[in-house]
Amino acid sequence: MSIRLTKGDMIANTIIYTILTLLVVVTLVPLLNILAISLSDSAKATAGLVTIYPLGLSWSTYTTIFKDHAILTAAGVSCQRVVLALVIDMVLVVLAAYPLSRSKKAFRSRGIYMWIVIGTMLFGPSTVPMFFTVKDMHMLGTIWALVIPGAVGQFHIILMLNYFRNIPSELEESASIDGAGPWRRLLQIYVPLSMPIMATIALFVVVGNWNAYYDGLIYSMKTSDFPLQTYIQQLVVNYDTTIRDVDQVRDLLAISNRSLTAAKLVITMIPILLVYPFMQKYFISGIMLGSVKE
Amino acid sequence: MKEKKIRSLEAVHYHVMLLPTLILLAIFSIYPTLGSIMAFKYFDPIEGIWGSPWAGLDHFKMLFQIPEFKQITINTITISLIKIILNISCALAFALLLHEIKKRWFKRSVQTIVYLPFFLSWVIMAGIFKDFFSIDGLINGIIHRLSGGEPIMFFNSNTWFMIIVYVTDVWKGFGFNAIVFLAALTAINPNLYEAADVDGASRWAKLVNITLPSIKGTIVLILILSLQGILSGGFDQIFNLYNPLVYQVVDIYDTYIYRMGFQSNQYEFATAVGLFRSAVAFIFILISQWLAKKYGEYKVF
Repeated sequence: MSIRLTKGDMIANTIIYTILTLLVVVTLVPLLNILAISLSDSAKATAGLVTIYPLGLSWSTYTTIFKDHAILTAAGVSCQRVVLALVIDMVLVVLAAYPLSRSKKAFRSRGIYMWIVIGTMLFGPSTVPMFFTVKDMHMLGTIWALVIPGAVGQFHIILMLNYFRNIPSELEESASIDGAGPWRRLLQIYVPLSMPIMATIALFVVVGNWNAYYDGLIYSMKTSDFPLQTYIQQLVVNYDTTIRDVDQVRDLLAISNRSLTAAKLVITMIPILLVYPFMQKYFISGIMLGSVKE
Repeated sequence: MKEKKIRSLEAVHYHVMLLPTLILLAIFSIYPTLGSIMAFKYFDPIEGIWGSPWAGLDHFKMLFQIPEFKQITINTITISLIKIILNISCALAFALLLHEIKKRWFKRSVQTIVYLPFFLSWVIMAGIFKDFFSIDGLINGIIHRLSGGEPIMFFNSNTWFMIIVYVTDVWKGFGFNAIVFLAALTAINPNLYEAADVDGASRWAKLVNITLPSIKGTIVLILILSLQGILSGGFDQIFNLYNPLVYQVVDIYDTYIYRMGFQSNQYEFATAVGLFRSAVAFIFILISQWLAKKYGEYKVF
């Protein structure tokens, strides 16, 4: 590293550090603002006085949430879908990726299956026929409507099979000579060696399912079927911004409990914040793996 | 001979492994895609999609006649293009700035914070921004304290609304979108910089002559791949932020399809719009893949 720093270099460094620090601040302010509102005294929050620290610290919004049946039910639906999707999606992706990672010589039908996987990824169904399909399967209003239609992740299969292909084939060949069939080779050689990519895909599935709201919106029969994100969506999105008069909006805001809504948003963010450290470790390498050529 | 027999025996297991995926794709992907045939029918709930009478091209004729269709086409493409340009340039600028940082702890901390919004759903972000830009929100509070002026109703004005759409989209994604550029930057051979240092090149000269040419390929590739989403426009963001007052400027294909399908119950018409959108999007994907292969030396599949 060069020791001499010219005056120009020092100025440039200061500017770069300042810009990056500002970007960090800009990223954090909306998040800290909502956290501060959720922890503020309701009157102060409604008056719009809260910036990035709570005014009149109060936990009452959070205690209210833990007594609110509707949001707890929605959170339950979300947890249920995440767990079910995690198990089902992972089993499907491992089972599909293994045969597809074989050479054309070892598995002659591979080409056709690849076409189906990629074709369905590129040309997806429109929402209305999709809705009628879920309806015809008698899944509307059940947890399965949120789990099954999206259970096959074509992109995840491609990530996984690319990873499988990079595992040295000698390992498999020697197991084959010892008499291990395809199932044993998959479960005892491939799966244990693929933990990094499994973790990446598992995180994709968890985050994707936790954040999903649209399926909950169209496949639910009643509001108690809503997963948490759909519940929040109904709460914050349907509030009427069409009123043109400033005073009218003020009145509306006074009735709506601003700090309670803020607390609900914060609660919904928590699971993502919890898995975030792991995501940093795996997600980013996963994104890079996605660009690995077949 | 024996080896061949083992191979075909193993193939049976492979088919079994693929069976669950295949069944699910058949039911929830291929079947509903075929169900788009609804766009050519008059839907009768009792007869179902397949039994309903044919409508020929009636829904498509209507599609090309109504003025909204032209408007949403313009909106979708405009919004997508501006988002692509803003997202790529902001992510690139951020990556270049971060690349200049030598202190590892600082670099790490910045990355940890700016990647976060990418993982939060648009539902949450819409909730946060609707409060943030509301009449009593932080932004209007600052405006009031600085100028004492009347609060701005950000969500009711076409211009302000579009600014919010672009700003929040960049806010959410610039960090994460920079990952690919950062990877390309770290792959640059450090000898190039050392040689330039010996020649006494300035920082700017190194940026223009070494850094940018080295990652040119990546920039072009990302640009080409972004083309795939040109008919998307970002449904989750717009759907969760918009309101009827700004439909004229932000209504995109996907939001229109949702309202036609699930609010006006014009199932066939919504399907026709969806089919048109999918077909054109598919062409864009093929073009983009072809370009990526040709210019980016890249193959996704």
